[in-house]
Amino acid sequence: MKKQFIVFISIVFLILLFVLGVNLYKNQRAKKYGFMAQENASTFVREHSQTLGSDDAKVYLIEFSDPACETCSAFHPFVKNLMAVNPGKIKLIVRYAPFHDGADYFVKILEAARKQGKYWETLEVMYKTQRYWASHHNPQPKLIWKFLPSAGLDLEKIRNDMNDPEIARLIKQDLADAKTLNVRKTPGFFVNGKPLQSFGYKQLQELIDAEIKENY
Amino acid sequence: MTHLEQASNSNWTIIFICWIIASVSTLGSLFFSEIMEFAPCALCWYQRIFMFPLVLILLVGLFPFDKSIIKYALPLALAGWSFAFYHYLLYSGFIPESLQPCSQGVSCSETYLDLFGFLTIPMLSLISFSTIVTLLFILKRRLSK
Repeated sequence: MKKQFIVFISIVFLILLFVLGVNLYKNQRAKKYGFMAQENASTFVREHSQTLGSDDAKVYLIEFSDPACETCSAFHPFVKNLMAVNPGKIKLIVRYAPFHDGADYFVKILEAARKQGKYWETLEVMYKTQRYWASHHNPQPKLIWKFLPSAGLDLEKIRNDMNDPEIARLIKQDLADAKTLNVRKTPGFFVNGKPLQSFGYKQLQELIDAEIKENY
Repeated sequence: MTHLEQASNSNWTIIFICWIIASVSTLGSLFFSEIMEFAPCALCWYQRIFMFPLVLILLVGLFPFDKSIIKYALPLALAGWSFAFYHYLLYSGFIPESLQPCSQGVSCSETYLDLFGFLTIPMLSLISFSTIVTLLFILKRRLSK
C-alpha cells in the first residue's frame, strides 16, 4: 500500500513539475519577445517586408509564412477576416520562413510578382492552388506556372525578376530573423511582438482581441 | 522488519529509482521537443524509442515486484545506451562529421542546449541510460547471490 502511494505521489509530482516548467518557459519567452518588440522592432518588421492594412493601425500582426505550407494557406482567409471585422486596426506584416524543401522558389515568384503590383493576388492564387504543386508526397513546383496567369502576371517578367539577388538576400534576412525569434514552424504569429503561445484559430483571435483592447 | 524484507525493499527501491530516471528523461525529452520545439534528430529518436517504453515496463515490474523485470528492461536500456554513447561521441567530435548518419533534416551534432557550460542534451541522455544500466546490473548481481 505504502509503495503504491510513493509511486502515485511521484507521478503527480512529475506531471506537476512538467506543467510548471511549461508555464515558466512560456512566460519567460513572452517576456523576452515583448521586450524585444520595443528594443529591437526591426527583427519583426524589416524595410522590405510586405504589409497589408492601414499605416495607422496599432495592432501589428506579424506572420512568418511559407507559400508551400498548408496551415498558412488555411489561416489566410481567417487572418483576412480578422482584418475585415476590425477595419483599420490591424496591419499584417508578411515575413518568410520557407521551411519546406525548395519553398524559396515560390517566395521568389511572389516577390517578383510584387514588382508588378500583383503581390496579394499572386499569394491568393498560390494558396488556392497549393495542393496541386506542393503536395508532400509528390511536390511539382513547375506546375505553379499554369496557375500564375490567373493572377494577371507577366510570366516572362517574373522569370527574369525572380533571380534578383535582392530577393535572395531578403529571404536570408527573414530566415535569420525567424531563427532569432525562435520560429520553427509556419505559420509563426506575433502580435505586437508577442508570440502566439498555443497554436490555433481561437488563440490567435484572443491574442489580437487583447491587443486591440489594450491599444484602442 | 526481517533481513529478507529489508533486502526486498531495497531491490524494489532500485527499480523505483530506474523508473524515476526513465520518467524524468521521457518528460524532459518531450519538453525539449514539444515545448521548446527543438526537432529531435534521427539519433535522438532511436534513444527515445528505447527510453519511452522503460517508463511503462519498469512501472509494471514494481507492482508486485517482479525480478524478471531485469530480463525485459536491460536489453532496452543497453540498446538505448549504445545509441546515446554513439551520439555523444559524434556530438563531442570524436567521430568526424563525414561519418554522421543523418545528413538530411536535423543535424545530430548541432548544439541546442548548453546547461552550465557542459551539460548538453546527448550528455543528459547518456547519463540517464548509464545510470539505469548500472542500477539494473547491480540489482542483477544482488538477486543472483
